[in-house]
Amino acid sequence: MSEYLVDIQNLRLSFFTPAGEVKALNDVSIQMKQGDVLGIVGESGSGKSVTAYSLMGLVPEPGRILSGSIIFNGHRIHEMSEKELRQIRGNEISIIFQDPMTSLNPVFTIGNQIEEVILLHTDKNRKEARERAEELLSLVGINEPKKRLRQYPHELSGGMRQRVMIAIALACEPKLLIADEPTTALDVTIQAQILELMNELKEKIGMSIIMITHDLGVVASMCEKIAVMYAGKIVEYGTAEEIFYNPQHEYTKGLLLSIPKLTATEHEKLIPIEGTPVDMLMPPQGCPFAPRCQNTMKICLKEMPPYTDINEDHYSACWLLQKQAYMTMKDGVAR
Amino acid sequence: MAKYIVKRMAIGMVTLLIVSTVTFFLMFLVPGGPFLAEKAPSAATLKALEEKYGLDKPVPVQYKNYMLRLLKGDLGTSLKQRGREVNDIIFTRLPVSARVGGWAILVAVVLGVTLGSVAALNRGKAIDNVIVFLSTCGIAVPGFVVCTVLMYFLGAKLNILPTFGLTSYKHYIMPVIALSFYPMSYISRLMRSCMLDVLGQDYMRTAKAKGVSQWAALFKHALRNAILPVVTYLGPLLAYTLTGSFIVEKIFTIPGLGDSFISSITGRDYPLIMGTTIFLAFLVITMNVVVDIVYKLVDPRIKLG
Ligand SMILES: Nc1ncnc2c1ncn2[C@@H]1O[C@H](COP(=O)(O)OP(=O)(O)OP(=O)(O)O)[C@@H](O)[C@H]1O
Ligand code: SF4
Ligand SMILES: [Mg+2]
Repeated sequence: MSEYLVDIQNLRLSFFTPAGEVKALNDVSIQMKQGDVLGIVGESGSGKSVTAYSLMGLVPEPGRILSGSIIFNGHRIHEMSEKELRQIRGNEISIIFQDPMTSLNPVFTIGNQIEEVILLHTDKNRKEARERAEELLSLVGINEPKKRLRQYPHELSGGMRQRVMIAIALACEPKLLIADEPTTALDVTIQAQILELMNELKEKIGMSIIMITHDLGVVASMCEKIAVMYAGKIVEYGTAEEIFYNPQHEYTKGLLLSIPKLTATEHEKLIPIEGTPVDMLMPPQGCPFAPRCQNTMKICLKEMPPYTDINEDHYSACWLLQKQAYMTMKDGVAR
Repeated sequence: MAKYIVKRMAIGMVTLLIVSTVTFFLMFLVPGGPFLAEKAPSAATLKALEEKYGLDKPVPVQYKNYMLRLLKGDLGTSLKQRGREVNDIIFTRLPVSARVGGWAILVAVVLGVTLGSVAALNRGKAIDNVIVFLSTCGIAVPGFVVCTVLMYFLGAKLNILPTFGLTSYKHYIMPVIALSFYPMSYISRLMRSCMLDVLGQDYMRTAKAKGVSQWAALFKHALRNAILPVVTYLGPLLAYTLTGSFIVEKIFTIPGLGDSFISSITGRDYPLIMGTTIFLAFLVITMNVVVDIVYKLVDPRIKLG
């Protein structure tokens, strides 16, 4: 067994759509130890969700894993059958989705939906499952749990429903919790409450978390490690410290300039990243960020930049970091 | 809930009042009369007959008399089948129609739901295309054509099924197929589109992420949601099918309510026409209330009121 809880190696994954092959993941590698909290940031379509889903063996049609390996808690996910994967989902690894309004089944009670996952993965009987469900609702800060168990999703507010989703996710004490933009669909105040709850639970339960978001503020408040994704590739990886105070990739730098600074007291100007996201049907040959980068060089257009280690826990894929490329760069800056 | 039922019943009564009034006055617009059949009776006989049934009285008086009797649940006596109560005719004919109709509904719902779900699960594949084609035919082809085709092949050509009457289980097969074809097609199309919608819903993804098996997700999470519109359709379907199809009963010579209704119209048997119409209206209204209540049981989001 590898020392990692999550060990994704060189994952390539494409969607074979009628319009052509969408290369959703290009050589993605992620390692996480037990207890790590990883934030994945990046703009819409960069492959954050697909990465997380593939970890559960949930690749939506018409997606195919082309190469690479996904190992979670010693399971070789990419080689497992549906039946084997079912034993893990909701049990060792669980997920909360973006939209709590639609993620719960409208025709079943809250209790039923929490108990379902307990009955599925433990040998608790109905009565014990109900007790556990009640306990879970208290854990996620829902008052009057007995009454709530008998209610239907439409009787609860959005924030409450997301708490229920969290309760479902935690029901079997998973080793890893994936949160796919868990607060995007909620009001700002409710967002803060849900994040606070997750932070609390992280301490209490000690599970690993993958936090997916486009909101750097969210990751800053809870993640130790951050992976920045761009066009199906992790362009920079590092500790939260490093990413915020020592960003290396041009995209990361742009991303940081485009959000309000956490430390800034005076009103600083926000600078949006110019240009449009990559067309994933026809990704550029070299660095995917090249069309939007301020420092594009000729080599950037031709070849994919390799990873450069900045320090032990920080690496990034940008030609600017490749000393020798930089030095031998005879052709200079392209524009 | 009880309040809701009472309210619906009250609205139903008003609807019934309107239906019976409209039917009553429509009767007077129809040319011809009940006693103008093959051999016209003498003027004296005609006068005596009209007197006997109160047809000589002014229209408002006739209307008043009719409505008063209706309040007591008395639909009057048939003009053609001498001395028989309309109530009596309806209640001997209804069970015949209801038996055929009941089977037809069962077949339509079970097959419709199954075919629709199978089509949705195999979207775009051959089996989906076949089901969509068949159900489109079922909706487009009129009932009498279905009856005729069935009779020609199964009855006349292959001679494996009887073509008229209702004396053995074999007699049920063709009328049940004929009666269930349209609703089955309708339900399967409805089911297919609802199922496709439901399968793409976020809560199905949640079920999968919980480790629920594909079949359990389908039967527990998807079916219950996808079947809701079918439940709505069930109200009118029950009322119309249980009371017998005019065409199917006429073609297969089934002595049901639909058959009796046609004869009453061609024979200008006013009380029977009105009685049957009002009874049908009553049934439709009742079935809709029943379905509303069932709907509430299946879908907790529905608020009755
Ligand atoms: N079912 C699918 N069929 C075809 N393409 C898909 C499918 N799911 C995702 N993709 C493609 O894969 C790429 C990555 O999608 P993904 O959902 O991981 O993005 P994301 O980073 O999570 O974005 P967002 O912030 O909008 O959630 C996108 O280009 C998307 O178009
Ligand atoms: S590799 Fe080149 S184009 Fe890509 S981010 Fe670095 S400098 Fe910009
Ligand atoms: Mg996403």
